[in-house]
Amino acid sequence: MKRFVIAVYVENKYGVLTRVSGMFMRKGFNIDSLTVGETDDPAYSRITITLRGDDYAREQLINQLKKLFNVKQVKLLDGESSVEREMALIKVRNTAENRSEIMAATEIYRAKIIDYTTDTMCVEITGEPTKINAFIEVMRPLGIVEMCRTGVVALERGGSIMEK
Amino acid sequence: MENKQVQVMNGAQIVIETLIEQGVTDVFGYPGGQVINIYDALYNASDRINHVLTAHEQGASHAADGYSRVTGKVGVVIATSGPGATNLVTGIATAMLDSIPMVAITGNVPNSLIGKDSFQEINITGITLPITKHNYFVQDINELADTIREAFKIAKSGRPGPVLIDIPKDVQIAKTEFIPGSVVEPFPQAEVEDADIDRAVELINAAERPYIYIGGGAAGRGMTKDIMALAEKVDAYIGCTFMGLSAMPNSYDRFLGMQGMHGHYASSMANKEADLIIGVGVRFSDRATGNISKYAKGAKIIQLDTDLSEINKNVKVDVGLIGSIVSSFSRILSRCEKKNHPEWHTIVDGFKAEERRISDEAEKRATNPMTPKKIFDIINEIKDKNTIIATDVGQHQMWAAQYVDFERTRRFASSGGLGTMGYGLGAAIGAQIASGDRTVLITGDGSFGMNLNELATAVTYNTPVVIVLMNNGVLGMVRQWQTLFFNKHYSNTVLDRKTDFVKLADAFGLPARRVTTPEEFRDAFAAAMQHDGPYLIDTIIDMDEFVLPMLPPGGSIEDIITTKEKEASK
Repeated sequence: MKRFVIAVYVENKYGVLTRVSGMFMRKGFNIDSLTVGETDDPAYSRITITLRGDDYAREQLINQLKKLFNVKQVKLLDGESSVEREMALIKVRNTAENRSEIMAATEIYRAKIIDYTTDTMCVEITGEPTKINAFIEVMRPLGIVEMCRTGVVALERGGSIMEK
Repeated sequence: MENKQVQVMNGAQIVIETLIEQGVTDVFGYPGGQVINIYDALYNASDRINHVLTAHEQGASHAADGYSRVTGKVGVVIATSGPGATNLVTGIATAMLDSIPMVAITGNVPNSLIGKDSFQEINITGITLPITKHNYFVQDINELADTIREAFKIAKSGRPGPVLIDIPKDVQIAKTEFIPGSVVEPFPQAEVEDADIDRAVELINAAERPYIYIGGGAAGRGMTKDIMALAEKVDAYIGCTFMGLSAMPNSYDRFLGMQGMHGHYASSMANKEADLIIGVGVRFSDRATGNISKYAKGAKIIQLDTDLSEINKNVKVDVGLIGSIVSSFSRILSRCEKKNHPEWHTIVDGFKAEERRISDEAEKRATNPMTPKKIFDIINEIKDKNTIIATDVGQHQMWAAQYVDFERTRRFASSGGLGTMGYGLGAAIGAQIASGDRTVLITGDGSFGMNLNELATAVTYNTPVVIVLMNNGVLGMVRQWQTLFFNKHYSNTVLDRKTDFVKLADAFGLPARRVTTPEEFRDAFAAAMQHDGPYLIDTIIDMDEFVLPMLPPGGSIEDIITTKEKEASK
């Protein structure tokens, strides 16, 4: 099972996300994360999907995506030639015992404290998913109250662009 | 309005005008509250477009499907919102699985009532998302005509399929300018690269036991001559999937018939023994290949398809040619070397002889003279080359697939992929109306019971559909499995109904006869084929008849079951 990232250009229209996600369900693929947002051209959205599977699953998935009428372009992004980022918001318990440790970890991971109350702190962290995973593991024993991850967004490095 | 062609119309009129513009001459459907405006537009255009009213929306959807199968045209069905729309679901799914071009038009409640669980409101685009090639919910009158045009384009393009357009009532009432357009052409298909054609040709030139395996993607596309020409040139044999039936004349001696779970012994064996399989518009479905892990182990595989997701989906192929099947095939044909494979002939002749032996023995052992084979021998003898065969689903369908002699393309309407019991009667009516040719519906008492209400439609429109109801009083296909694999536990497959189909036919207003011998069947069928209108023949057969040969589910050709006696005694 390999992890892969697929970028999909779709028409920014009613029901397109359902069409794409419905196909995953129909064909029995399990998504790790899916993000969607408008592109520089509001007529199109860009969906970034990360999932795990074998080569067969990857080939099938790309071919099935290409068949959807609202899908304009599908591209497999590899880790070498693309940049990936994800963001997480993590709310942790704020106590006298863990306060300094949270702040130290936040500093080291170049995260940011964006909310502070006497009970909790909210930390924003951006980076590759592996970095976020590592940070979460540091925070976990300190008492995570609530957490939210955006899922991966990715672009190819350099001048390469996806044609719409 | 300087342009004379531009007229202000309401949405309902635009629907009908766009259908007419797209060359639609017949539509099937059923009126209701949210399509009443469309039916009003139909009323005013009745001299230019014919509407066939069925007994049930499902029947209308199957009729549109049958209409398409025998003509290649896009079948059109109209239904109202809510239950009208949900009744189309089985028909749309049937078309999807068999790649039949169809446009389904449904009405819906006005936009202002959408999402409020209004009376007869249903989210039909959501429901049909996985069973359509694409679907639309039209929110703006100004997009209506182009949406319908695009729907036709998608339905026809590449691998065809059904498209649904849901039109809320306010869009049907709203008015806008209608600018007439022309019949849309399918999206152009990519041409396969020369190098890939050459790789396929190399494999063909090197093969000693080539087998051309044709499916729904090859049937009805004018490829018959080319397929025969390639078979002659490279000395190949031809077999087909269920969906490939009627693409080849059965009389052609290189054609071995349908392969697979209930296929011909000779074609299944030839597929197994081949060293090269040329798949043309096939998806290597489990029913056609048997256990995929044991399929064609010693063979190279070339696959021609227009749908890129089919390549390597079910089997790993050596050369996948994605693009126009027709053009790729003719390019291969022109580049292949002439070959002779006398040893291949000897092998296949052996398979043919074994197939004959199995079949003769089965006929000899039969205690009841009314065997399925006998019935189809008589049908083949009396029908002509234009007779259309429609079927329902079950044993009778497989017997039809095995025994009917097709002489030309697009003469077969049957639900292959979805296996829809209750498909046949609606499809037969649609096929008959489309072609004007006499249609024989092969059905069983189980399937027929599902949608026999369409007898009313056949009588109303006086469509010459000859219904051969193979009546064994049981759900024969499931019962066959119960006999073979479930210790004869006949759970809910013995119908024990008291339906008198002759009286039933009489009540609907069509003539019928009950027959119990081949002689009676011959008389009745000959009379039915001359009758001006529908005719039902209640054909009594033995409940213990089997569809043979059979590859057990999950089995491969090594596990083939050829006689009932051997298995039953196991």
